[in-house]
Amino acid sequence: MSGIFEYNGGSIVGMKGKNCIAMACDRRFGQQMSTITTNYQKVFKIQDNILLALSGLNSDIHTFYALMEKEINLYNLKENRKMKPTTFANLVASALYERRFGPFFVTPIVAGLENGKPILATYDSIGCKSDLDDFQVGGTGGNYIYGACEAFFKPDLSPEELEEVIGQSLVSGCDRDSLSGWGGVVYVLTEQKLTVKILKTKQT
Amino acid sequence: MQYLDNYLQSKGGYDYTNVKRNELMKAQGFKEMPFTKTGTTIVGVLFDGGVVMAADTRATAGSIVADKNCEKLHTLAPNIWAAGAGTAADLHHQCAHFNAKLKLQRLNLNRQSRVNEVITKLTSKLFPYRGHIGVALIIGGIDCNGPQLASVSPHGNYVYHPFQSMGSGSLAALGILEAKFQDGLTKQQAIDLAIEAIEAGIFHDMGSGSNVDVVAITKDGVDYKRNIRQYNAKSYQRQVPYDFPINNTPALKKYQFDIEKQELTEVGQEMEIIE
Repeated sequence: MSGIFEYNGGSIVGMKGKNCIAMACDRRFGQQMSTITTNYQKVFKIQDNILLALSGLNSDIHTFYALMEKEINLYNLKENRKMKPTTFANLVASALYERRFGPFFVTPIVAGLENGKPILATYDSIGCKSDLDDFQVGGTGGNYIYGACEAFFKPDLSPEELEEVIGQSLVSGCDRDSLSGWGGVVYVLTEQKLTVKILKTKQT
Repeated sequence: MQYLDNYLQSKGGYDYTNVKRNELMKAQGFKEMPFTKTGTTIVGVLFDGGVVMAADTRATAGSIVADKNCEKLHTLAPNIWAAGAGTAADLHHQCAHFNAKLKLQRLNLNRQSRVNEVITKLTSKLFPYRGHIGVALIIGGIDCNGPQLASVSPHGNYVYHPFQSMGSGSLAALGILEAKFQDGLTKQQAIDLAIEAIEAGIFHDMGSGSNVDVVAITKDGVDYKRNIRQYNAKSYQRQVPYDFPINNTPALKKYQFDIEKQELTEVGQEMEIIE
């Protein structure tokens, strides 16, 4: 058997643009070498200006997302205001570190817009936040997507250009990984709207 | 209902609810993903009137560079800084925790934090966890007892010495420090020595790399130079940049969610959709 993170497969990527952010994920849900479905959701909208992408063991993706939904709902009820993306990024780090000795097998990416400024943070499975780069990857195909991102990415892209760049990086990376693929979804968030594009990829 | 009781009673600290499940998975043969470690070279040098600490900026996950420019010099108090090697998540959260703990104590007692206080608190926390909290720190600061430099190992051992190095590149750095350290250095000499020691770590150790960060603490204040040396900057410009045409990636469907109106619409006609 391989690693726990390779059991279900999947890849995610996040990028910063000029006053916008983009997230992309593949759609495969598998059990080792078998594919169960090709429409599994891995990017979740936590709030109008925050997106959370999760990769790793799918049951922990589901549990962790439910935990974050609960936290943000309680926050909204207690504080009677929206949560800032930097606050949410720190919340994810703390929630992961709380389970330092029995971790969730997820590697999240948080992306958001705070007063128009893009925020992007990634974590290892125990909550080490890394938020200084302009693009972040996660999942089994992550290392291959890193290569594509280093080649295609430019700083300060417009939302339309960013959608192309992140889509191409995701597809190029997933094509080299047998455990990711079967489609892709690209989310681009600006202050005014969120666009969701379901990509057509090779069906293998 | 029991879940609610557990939630209401949670008093902070670590949550061990996943441990049993994870142990079962490991027994079945699954391997965990490596945590982000700061492979690292960190050094501390004591000089006449203060202390200098320096670190590289590479964070690794296995053999992949997870972060090319991470920060390994953390503030514990306005007059005490820590350089950290080991598991990155542990370092970040423990340093943040101690920063808050010391601040609370300063507010309660109205006294400056002391280096030996930090060492005692740290080692008392680390020892009961038997090395499982993977933080190896070099603590340096200046207080009423003068400038002090100490290192703390993950098991809770501490050593006071005028020069220290820790991390995977520590042996390379120690070579430079043992050869060139003297008592009574000036601030600039100490900074140069620390940078040279980190350079040795960066070039000879694969777990350390990228840039050098330096902090110099004296009773006049803290001088933090982020990326004082950069060895891995991209030195070429791509001649023909990739410029993707807009709306070129083929799609099956496209949706748009307008945030102000809170409306979801399907967008279809403007772009090429391949059946």
